[in-house]
Amino acid sequence: MSDVVSAEVKFTRRSMSMLLLAGLALGGVIAFPFLASPYALRVGILIAYYAYLGQAWNILGGYAGQFSFGHAAFFGIGAYTSSLLFAKLGVTPWIGMFAGAAGAAATGAFIGFLCFRYGLRGPYFSLATLAFAEILRVIALNWRAVGGAMGVLLPLRESFWTMQFPEGPPYYAIIVTMLGGIMLLTYFLEHSRLGTYFVAIRESEDAAEALGVDTTRYKIVAMALSSGLTALGGTFYAQYFSYIDPNLAFGIDVSVAVLLPVIIGGVGTLFGPLAGSLILTPLGEVTRRLLGGYRGVHLMLFGAILVAVILYLPHGLVGTFQEKRRLGRRCSHDHPRP
Amino acid sequence: MRGTYLVQAVVNGILLGGVYALVALGLTLIFGVMRIVNFAHGALMMVGMYTAYWIFTLWGINPYLSLPLTMGVLFLLGAAIQRFLIDPILDAPQHNQLLLTLGVMLFLENLALFLWSPDFRTLRLPWLEGAVRAGFLLVNKPRILAFAFALLSTLALYLFLKHTETGKTIRATAQDQVGAALVGIDVRKVNALTFGIGSACVGMAGALVTPYFYTAPQVGHVFLLIAFVVVVLGGLGSFTGALVGGLIVGVGESIGALLLPGSFKELVIYAIFVLVLLYRPTGLFGERYE
Repeated sequence: MSDVVSAEVKFTRRSMSMLLLAGLALGGVIAFPFLASPYALRVGILIAYYAYLGQAWNILGGYAGQFSFGHAAFFGIGAYTSSLLFAKLGVTPWIGMFAGAAGAAATGAFIGFLCFRYGLRGPYFSLATLAFAEILRVIALNWRAVGGAMGVLLPLRESFWTMQFPEGPPYYAIIVTMLGGIMLLTYFLEHSRLGTYFVAIRESEDAAEALGVDTTRYKIVAMALSSGLTALGGTFYAQYFSYIDPNLAFGIDVSVAVLLPVIIGGVGTLFGPLAGSLILTPLGEVTRRLLGGYRGVHLMLFGAILVAVILYLPHGLVGTFQEKRRLGRRCSHDHPRP
Repeated sequence: MRGTYLVQAVVNGILLGGVYALVALGLTLIFGVMRIVNFAHGALMMVGMYTAYWIFTLWGINPYLSLPLTMGVLFLLGAAIQRFLIDPILDAPQHNQLLLTLGVMLFLENLALFLWSPDFRTLRLPWLEGAVRAGFLLVNKPRILAFAFALLSTLALYLFLKHTETGKTIRATAQDQVGAALVGIDVRKVNALTFGIGSACVGMAGALVTPYFYTAPQVGHVFLLIAFVVVVLGGLGSFTGALVGGLIVGVGESIGALLLPGSFKELVIYAIFVLVLLYRPTGLFGERYE
């Protein structure tokens, strides 16, 4: 009896402290743009931006277990759609971003349909997505109507309606909201039937199929969801930097940048992408600032970190932490202390 | 006149394809033995190109004479990558190995960027300037040399794998890692050896193209993607497939460049890639694996 009570007290105490921690974090996130220097704010924006993109990839790569190496395709579709709609037709990016997301989701579903219908798995799927991104890059590079190699320069008209702002805080608000949204979405996904299907497919596709999960269908759903969300990140990029070209949008570098924070932070975990971005982004910015004359140092560092993480923390930071805690808890259950 | 251009394009394509085949050979060998899709393959080629470039620039030894040195450097680099980075995670999920080679690629490329700047470098060999004329055909000398060397080394590698004791242990390990270990083959040694040979192949290809291609930190991307296309077309892990696939892709690219504007020729290659992946992921000569 007393055991139950103490367990309950422990539980509420734990959830109280979690709540307090979450409140503090939220307060910090809200207060940050008012306190930070423009440079620190820029870093903050980029942290949220890479965490957002990472989470979008994570839904497909982490939860559903399909390693896409071509997310640049969807990022680029988002960036190009909203930018072209705005630059050529004057459509506000607020609408353009969702047009881009719809286009990317449809493209993602189509690519997924092709790949999964023909049973492409593992590295074959990775290579196929890489090829699709390259195809889009070559098309963008050679197509005059979308700017060709020159890309698209957004006409400068600062206002809320054009999603262009003279200073950082509004961008910060947008990307933090997007990040919050995608984290909530992932949280609900984790606890939903759909998310369970995803994980079942990741763990064993054959077993999931045997249990009656329509694996092809749910892999396509994961693909569409992940692609559409990635496209929103593409629009944000185009708005924040006011410029987009075929390599910035569809290059291999984008596909790599999207998945790096997830691998470092922890594949298939809710907080992995954020943790990864919190480490990689400031590290990249600081090295670039200190060693600005030497190009490539930060990416060299990222490469070394990626290798080290795969060798020593194969589940990423958050994944390893969760594993340790789970094991620890199980041990204390098995061997109750006298 | 049209026909002349076409024949010219096919000849150029075959010469190009020989080099592609050599690049793809390294990739397919590594995949065949260790089931690893090596994303660092293009970066290794880049290292080979810079090695040849610097040996020529600093000591004046031309890339053909310095081939043994370049290949030695690449062999050691490849064997070390296998021994210290990939071996420890050979039992991990496949995507982790893929990501590890991606990390190696990022590291090598940006190390080159850091050390040697993003400048495009070219290497001039006066005695190789100009072209050989055969009837109406005009062929660049360095391309002929590259093709000849590529073909010769492909043949040498084939004989090595087929007829030597070491070659046989490599093929045995490719068939079955556990079985090979059971009959007393030191699998880790074979793995390192294979990765070393694969790297030496791609390093050689890199050295061979320096007289007519630019050298830059990210030059490997171009060849990496083409090598993927070649090995998937030929069948991942297939020796013959790499050779035939290389020639097909070389000719396809060359004819594409003749008929299509701009860099649309790349589209032809990727279209082939996607179609093969979808309809025949085992390629022309490959076997299905899971």
